[in-house]
Amino acid sequence: MKIQSVIDLEKITQEHSGNLYHPDSVKVNIGMASCGIAAGAQAAFETATQAFAESKAVAIGQTGCIGYCEMEPLVEIFSGGTPRVIYKNITPDKILDAINDYQNGIDQKKWILGQMRDPRSLLEDDIDNPLAKVAPFEAIPFLEDIPFYKNQVKIALRNCGYIDPDCIEEYIAKKGYFALIQALNHSEPGKILETVKTSGLRGRGGGGFPTGIKWATCAKHDGDRYIICNADEGDPGAYMDRSILEGDPHSVLEGMLLAGYAIGSSQGYIYVRNEYPLAVKRLVTAIKQAETYGLIGDNIAGTDFSFNVKISTGAGAFVCGESTALMASLEGNVGRPRAKYVHTVEKGFREGPTNLNNVETYANVPAIVLKGAEWFAGMGTDHSKGTKVFSLVGKIKNTGLVEVPMGISLKEIAFNIGGGVPKKKKFKAIQTGGPSGGCIPERFMDLPVDYQKLAEVGSIMGSGGMIAMDQDTCMVDVARYFMDFLKEESCGQCNPCREGIKQVLDILTSICAGNGKEGDIELLEELGSMIQKFSLCGLGTSAPNPVLTTILYFRDEYEAHIRDKKCPSGVCKALFHYEIDAEACTGCRVCARKCPQDAITGEKKKVHDLNQDLCIKCGICYDVCKFNAIAIR
Amino acid sequence: MNHASALESDQPVEIEIDYMELDTIIENEFGNNKENLIMILQAIQRKYNYIPQPTLTYLSAKIGIPYSKIYGVATFYSTFSLEPRGRNIVSICLGTACHVRGGERVRERIEESLEIKDGETTEDKRYTLESVRCIGCCSLGPVVKINEDMHGRITSDEVKSILGQYE
Repeated sequence: MKIQSVIDLEKITQEHSGNLYHPDSVKVNIGMASCGIAAGAQAAFETATQAFAESKAVAIGQTGCIGYCEMEPLVEIFSGGTPRVIYKNITPDKILDAINDYQNGIDQKKWILGQMRDPRSLLEDDIDNPLAKVAPFEAIPFLEDIPFYKNQVKIALRNCGYIDPDCIEEYIAKKGYFALIQALNHSEPGKILETVKTSGLRGRGGGGFPTGIKWATCAKHDGDRYIICNADEGDPGAYMDRSILEGDPHSVLEGMLLAGYAIGSSQGYIYVRNEYPLAVKRLVTAIKQAETYGLIGDNIAGTDFSFNVKISTGAGAFVCGESTALMASLEGNVGRPRAKYVHTVEKGFREGPTNLNNVETYANVPAIVLKGAEWFAGMGTDHSKGTKVFSLVGKIKNTGLVEVPMGISLKEIAFNIGGGVPKKKKFKAIQTGGPSGGCIPERFMDLPVDYQKLAEVGSIMGSGGMIAMDQDTCMVDVARYFMDFLKEESCGQCNPCREGIKQVLDILTSICAGNGKEGDIELLEELGSMIQKFSLCGLGTSAPNPVLTTILYFRDEYEAHIRDKKCPSGVCKALFHYEIDAEACTGCRVCARKCPQDAITGEKKKVHDLNQDLCIKCGICYDVCKFNAIAIR
Repeated sequence: MNHASALESDQPVEIEIDYMELDTIIENEFGNNKENLIMILQAIQRKYNYIPQPTLTYLSAKIGIPYSKIYGVATFYSTFSLEPRGRNIVSICLGTACHVRGGERVRERIEESLEIKDGETTEDKRYTLESVRCIGCCSLGPVVKINEDMHGRITSDEVKSILGQYE
C-alpha cells in the first residue's frame, strides 16, 4: 500500500504499537549494532533464535545501539504487563540464562543495568506511558536515574535501541514519517525552510553552519538540485553516525526527504564510508521498505513531489568527509577538495546546487518539523540549539554514545555520565573534534559544550568524538599521532598542507625519539600558524590544532622530551624504561608469566628483577601489575 | 604499499580474469557509469581479493576513462590493493580511542607475531596486515578486524591466540 496521508500512518501505528509496547510474548531485543556484534551479540542472537524457534512464549528480535557500549552486549527484555529491563554483558553463553532469569522474575540482579520508566520518545507525547500501570521490579534501579542516562535528551537517537531498524512499521509507530506526510499535505516548502531556520539547528558534522540558511541558499539557486548525506564519518573515535544509520536509518531518510521537499530536489545520495558495511546493509533495506510504501519514489503521498535515494560507498579516504572532496568522490574521481570561492550550495555535485548535511543533522529534522522550531530552540545555549550526540571513548569508565543538551559542561559529560577515569588513574585531557580539534586540559572542564566555547579554547565541537586521556597518555605522542594520520590522509595538492604537515611530523617524530632540540617548539608554532592560514581546505587549516593546543596546555611535556630527554607518561620508548619498584612488588609472578620476552625473573613472594636488555617496553607488565610495582623512569 | 612494483615486477602475477563477469559488474550492476568507478573497483576487489592490473586496462576501455585516471583513483583510496593479498585480512584499528588504549602496542605484537609490517602479506599468503584509521567500534578499543570478525578489547598477550584461529 502507498501511504497517502497521516491516516495511513496511524493505521500502521495501531497495528504495530502492540508489538512495540505490549507484546503478547516475552520480547527479547538484542542490541545488534556493530559494537554489540563485536562484543558477541550476533552469536547470542543466533543461540537465542535457535533455542526459541518453535516457541510462542518468547520472541527474539534485534535493535540498534542502546548507548552504553561499555556494557555490550546489551539485551532488552520485556512483555505486555512486566517491566522493560536491560541486561548487560550478555555474552552468547549467558543469553539463555538471562531470558530464563527474566521469565522467573529476576534473580540475577547483578546482570541488570536497569529498568525503563518510560519507553516513549520525545515525539510521542500524545500517547500515555505504556509502563505507567506496570509495577516495577524491586531493587532494580531505573535507567533514567543511573548517571549514564540521567541527563541525556534523545532527539537524534530517539529510536536507537527501541526499534528494530529493519522494520519500517516500528519507525512509523513511533511517529515516523508523520513530519513528512504532514508537510507534503499541509505545508509549503518555504514553511519548512522557515522552521529549520528558526530552530537554530547547526550542522552536526563539525562545521556547525546554520542548517536553515544552507537550505534556503541552496533553494535560491537554479538547476538540478541534489541532497547529499555525508556518512563518511572519518574522525577517529566518533561513531555517532554509524549508530544512527544502524539503529534508525529511516530518521535520516525522512530528514533527506524533508530537505528535498523544502529545497526543491528530487535526487538524494548517501555517501557511506567503506568501513561501515552494516550501515549500508540497513540503509539498503530501509530504502526498499520506504519505496514499497511509496515514501520514496514518484509522486509521494499523491503529490508532485518525487524523490529517489542512491547509496554510494567511500573507499578509505578521510579527506572525503570534506564536502567538495566528497562530491568529487561521488562523481567517480579522487577525493581532492577545491577552493570554495563558489559554494557547493550554488555549484556542487555535477555543477548543480547541492545541499550536503551530516547524518545527525538529517536525523534531527523530522523531530524539529513535527514538534516545532521553538521546541528545539528551547534547548541548548544562545548559539547552539538542541542536543548533540557525543561518543565518549578512551580512558573513561562508561564508554558509549550520549546525547545531551548543548551547554552541559565537559565535566558533567566526562565525570558524571562518563564516570571518570578507570583504574584510579589521573585524568589529563579531553580531545574533541577529531584531527581538527584540540586537547582540553582539566582546568577547562567547567566549560559548557557549545560551538563557541570550545573554539575559544582552541578546539572545536567537531562531529562529536570525545576521547578521554589520562596520566599514561603522552601529549607529544598524541600530537605526533594526529600529524601522522593527517600526513597519510592529506590529498597532497596544496603546499602548506602537504609539505607543512610532513615537516611538523618530522619534528615531532624526532622529539619523541629523543632528538628534539631547543627551538623546535617555536618552529612548530610557526609552521602551525602557516598551515592554518594558507591551506586550501579544512583538513589543512585545522591540521595544526592538535599540535598547537598540546603546546599551549602541555608545554612541560614537550620540554621534558626536548631538554630532559624523558617521556613522563611512559609512551615514547626511547625516553623511558620500566623498573620494578622494590617496595611495591609482592612477588606474585603475574608480570613474569605474561612477559613475552621472558625479561622478568623472580621467585614467588620475592621482589622480581627486570632485565633491561631483553625488555621491549611492550607495556604488558605495566598493565597487568595490580600493585603499581612497575615504575616509569 | 609499492604500487609501481606490482605493475613492473619481473614475475607477473598469474591470474585468470573472468571477463564475462567483469562485464556483468560494469554494465548490469553499475550501468557503465563513470560515476560508479569506485564501487566497480570495490566489486572487483571483492572478487579477486585485490585489483589485478588487467582489470584496470579493461575497465578503461569499457567505461571510457583514461587508464591514468583509473590508476589515480585505485591508488588514492587506501582500501584498494594492487597486489595480491592473503587469505586473512587483519585490519588493526589505529583510531584515536584505540591508540589511547594501547592500539600501537597491539600492532607491534601483531607485526612481531606475523613477521610482517603494516601493508605486507606473509610469505605463505595466510595473512595480510592492514591498518584502518577508524573502524567505528571505539568503545571497545583496541579493535582488530579479521575478515568479517570484529575483536574488541584486545590485549597484547591475546594477539597470538586470536591470529591462530584463522587458517
